[in-house]
Amino acid sequence: MQKTSDAAELAAIAKRMRGTAIQMITEAGSGHPGGSLSAADIVVTLFFDVMRHDPENPHWPDRDRFILSKGHIAGALYVTLAAYGFIPVEDLATFLKPLSKLNGHPNRNYVRGVEANTGPLGHGLPIAVGHALSAKLDVSQRRTYVLVGDGELQEGSNWEAMMAGSQYELDRLTVIVDRNRLQQGATVRETNDLEPLDQKAAAFGFAVVEVNGHDHGELLDVLSAVPYRPGKPTFVIAHTHKGHPISFMSNNTAWHHKVPTAEQLELALDELKAGAA
Amino acid sequence: MTDIRVKQGGTTPLEPSAASRSARQSIADRPRYDCRNAYVETLAELAHENHRIVGVVNDSVGSSKLDAFKRAFPDRLINVGIAEQDMVGVATGLANGGRIAFVSAASCFLTARALEQIKADVAYSNRNVKLCGMSPGMAYGELGPTHHSIEDIAWLRAIDNMTIVVPADPIETAAAMRWAAAVEGPVFIRVSRMSVPEVYPEDYAFVPGRAVTLRDGDDVTLISNGTVLWRTLVAAEQLADDGISARVISMPTVKPLDTEAVVRAARETRGIVTAEEATVGGALGGAVAETVVQNHPTKMRILGVPEFAPTGSAGFLLDRYGMSPEGIAAAARKLIT
Repeated sequence: MQKTSDAAELAAIAKRMRGTAIQMITEAGSGHPGGSLSAADIVVTLFFDVMRHDPENPHWPDRDRFILSKGHIAGALYVTLAAYGFIPVEDLATFLKPLSKLNGHPNRNYVRGVEANTGPLGHGLPIAVGHALSAKLDVSQRRTYVLVGDGELQEGSNWEAMMAGSQYELDRLTVIVDRNRLQQGATVRETNDLEPLDQKAAAFGFAVVEVNGHDHGELLDVLSAVPYRPGKPTFVIAHTHKGHPISFMSNNTAWHHKVPTAEQLELALDELKAGAA
Repeated sequence: MTDIRVKQGGTTPLEPSAASRSARQSIADRPRYDCRNAYVETLAELAHENHRIVGVVNDSVGSSKLDAFKRAFPDRLINVGIAEQDMVGVATGLANGGRIAFVSAASCFLTARALEQIKADVAYSNRNVKLCGMSPGMAYGELGPTHHSIEDIAWLRAIDNMTIVVPADPIETAAAMRWAAAVEGPVFIRVSRMSVPEVYPEDYAFVPGRAVTLRDGDDVTLISNGTVLWRTLVAAEQLADDGISARVISMPTVKPLDTEAVVRAARETRGIVTAEEATVGGALGGAVAETVVQNHPTKMRILGVPEFAPTGSAGFLLDRYGMSPEGIAAAARKLIT
């Protein structure tokens, strides 16, 4: 699969990824559609444009790293890995099936292109800090991107890691927050509010940028611009909608890990085809 | 000279020279060493030999005795501050970038605070991270049960893809570290603070998963490791005075366990006593018991720490829980009579 810096083309890829992800989750009878859809544009933009990596040589030492800290949207990652050539497209049909490599949370030992076995929340950011440190020790220009959920930021380990990332001036580290404002059963605000998130991240020594997490042009500009501020890691607050852009899923807590019926799947695919974006 | 031969089934007996040496001078009278010194010396040697080696600490530079390492390799000692979850995650990320991280932190905090990171980031992810549990067991005796690390072995033993090594002296500590640095994958090494005499010859070659028969015997078997091992050797001397022939097996690797050596001991002697600076539930004693009960049931006595311990020095507490040489000998006598 070719890289593209064309926002419209990225949007088209993301639309296909969304369709495949919803289908996969429906067929598997399990999965996390809400968060998969909110993060799709971020993941697609990273894989299809921003990151320097090679599916033919997945262990290339100087590759950029992408760590999916919100491991429960493994489905969205698998779809992207397959589309970009890291894993065979046929493997997607095994998602969550007995003995499949495609577990509900990614496993680097079985799935090419996966950098960390995530699942429990609050693990990806410390791992990303460690990787960014290794790059600094190697005097390498390779970059580290870690995608975290906003609810996930309630885990204290993230803030431990942010202090370290700032202390070590890891300016090739980028934390992207999928700021869909919903967690499992309620809004983040109702549960344990993060605001003022921008100020908190800034206070922890990060350069903070806010983007529309569904706008590929904006995502491209920001994610390619690392280091955004020399000597500081970057904290991208990507404003998204859980379940985007499916009308009945969007911004609806119920779809955190609800499985669509066959009818709902048809409806969702029709909406995607009709051009909702 | 020490005679190291590989016996049938794989244990490496140090007989007869260890026995003849102990006949001349009890192991209890030998000089004592803090294994942390061997640890830092070996880590510095490894770092000189291999640029991929880095240290990762949770502010534990002093307590891990890493000041000299920090001076020699200022960029390669990563101090994340008092943040154990981050520490293990960072070590995992360093491994992702090709580094070999030796995480040095008080075992109580390393294993309890970062247990999920140890499970998911290191073991399940099969990352090349070496977890070094400093001052484990009862080392912080007077500081109380928050700082005692008696559970670490049981916790980590429950995790798949984790090798657990509990060295008994400075020679074994250094040997285990050299092995850990050379092998790809997760390893947990306990690094003792309580001083111990040398129980191994200088040319001792640590073999992972391999028990070492330090003293042969056919009445009863004593299985131990870490700071308690030398105490079992003295116990065996005392038992010999009573005409009881005790086999002493050093079990530096708790996981994977040398089950053959355990089954042979169960078969060839009349009972097994385990003794360790750890909880009586699920550590070395538990591992031996699991093997015994499924292969050749025999009488057993598991010595260890059964509770949140009261205040006292490490040595005092080990004695209190029956792990003085006299206590171990008494347990063995009782078991077979």
